Amino acid sequence: MNIDFESDKPIFVQIAEWLEDAILSNAFEEESQIPSITEISVICKINPATALKGINMLVDKEVVYKKRGLGMFVKEGAVKKLMKERKNRFYESYIEALLEEARKLNLNKEDILEMIERGYSK
Amino acid sequence: MSGIEVRNLSKSYGSTQALNQVSINFVENRIYGLLGRNGAGKTTLLNIITNRLFADSGEVTLDGKVIQENDIALSKIYMMSEKCLFPEKMRVRDVFKWTAAFYPQFDMEYAFAIASKFELDLKKKRDSLSTGYGSILKLVTAMSVNVPYVFFDEPVLGLDANYRDLFYRLLIEKYSEKPFTAIVSTHLIDEVSSVIEHVVMIDKGRIIKDEPLESILSQGYTITGPASAVDLFISDKDVMSYDMLGGLKTAYVSGKVPQDVPQNLEITKMDLQKMFIKMTNEKEVSK
Repeated sequence: MNIDFESDKPIFVQIAEWLEDAILSNAFEEESQIPSITEISVICKINPATALKGINMLVDKEVVYKKRGLGMFVKEGAVKKLMKERKNRFYESYIEALLEEARKLNLNKEDILEMIERGYSK
Repeated sequence: MSGIEVRNLSKSYGSTQALNQVSINFVENRIYGLLGRNGAGKTTLLNIITNRLFADSGEVTLDGKVIQENDIALSKIYMMSEKCLFPEKMRVRDVFKWTAAFYPQFDMEYAFAIASKFELDLKKKRDSLSTGYGSILKLVTAMSVNVPYVFFDEPVLGLDANYRDLFYRLLIEKYSEKPFTAIVSTHLIDEVSSVIEHVVMIDKGRIIKDEPLESILSQGYTITGPASAVDLFISDKDVMSYDMLGGLKTAYVSGKVPQDVPQNLEITKMDLQKMFIKMTNEKEVSK
């Protein structure tokens, strides 16, 4: 687990995304327990309040939930939900950024399509 | 009012004003970063709070009661000072025992456990420890006293990267398990910035910032691009300083990060260390 303290992305968002990635890759399966706030904050060397804020993002999204006295667990259907959200975000995070950079480099539509083809044929 | 409350504290040494009308609260169960340049007044402030120095004026209270000469209040506060005040010939093990006599909550088992993580030899005499191990001895003691307020004055002085890392982890672990107020005064701002929740900046004896870390980080940014475009953008902004590299200009701006930035300009956030340097430097740009 690597936190990028230089990143423009707030640390709690990075924590949330890291947990999401772990859920998407099935490292934390549905209905299984995720690391505690203490574990996360000690491993990442961050204030527990920051770790809590990251986890709360997932609670708000209804991706994880609290089992009283036991800890936080991945909710059933979490993978499907995250997958859907990530797909929706794909356009903004990748396509828009790609087109912006392409404009700077004077690459036209055909150039980009050709590169995508090249990527697929690898 | 609960917590430690400092009101209008002033202190001078001869003609040097070390603290000037300082007012600040340290509330329960929070990790603070106390940041200031050399000679800013950090240690003086901590020494007055812990009754090791007398203020010229002002007062310090804990949960509403004056701290000065108040043994009950003082027993709730522990200060790990920069200087080592334990007797020179005292062995490490006896330092723990001695501290336990003054602080009944002292957790001897925990002290031994973390001493062994730092590979601190319990039989060694205090004056035979290296600079790093001197810090470690004070650190282990401070971590084990179990009082509600612990001040760490330069806790990682002379510690290697591994042991600094270990200290931050132990601090977070301890704080998560049994919350307390930790006030960490350090020059290694980058290292501590992820651990602290609230920042107090002190400069030339005055408090210049007393805010949650997040709010401080949202108050500044850097903007980079062609000099003319940067100049245009910052014309109505509060610029702390700037760097020039050929035709490329980077301006350090204080204020909220703007949403609409021209395409040819690049905006990045400032980390705590950068903010600190910009805020405590002599003004490079006159307004």
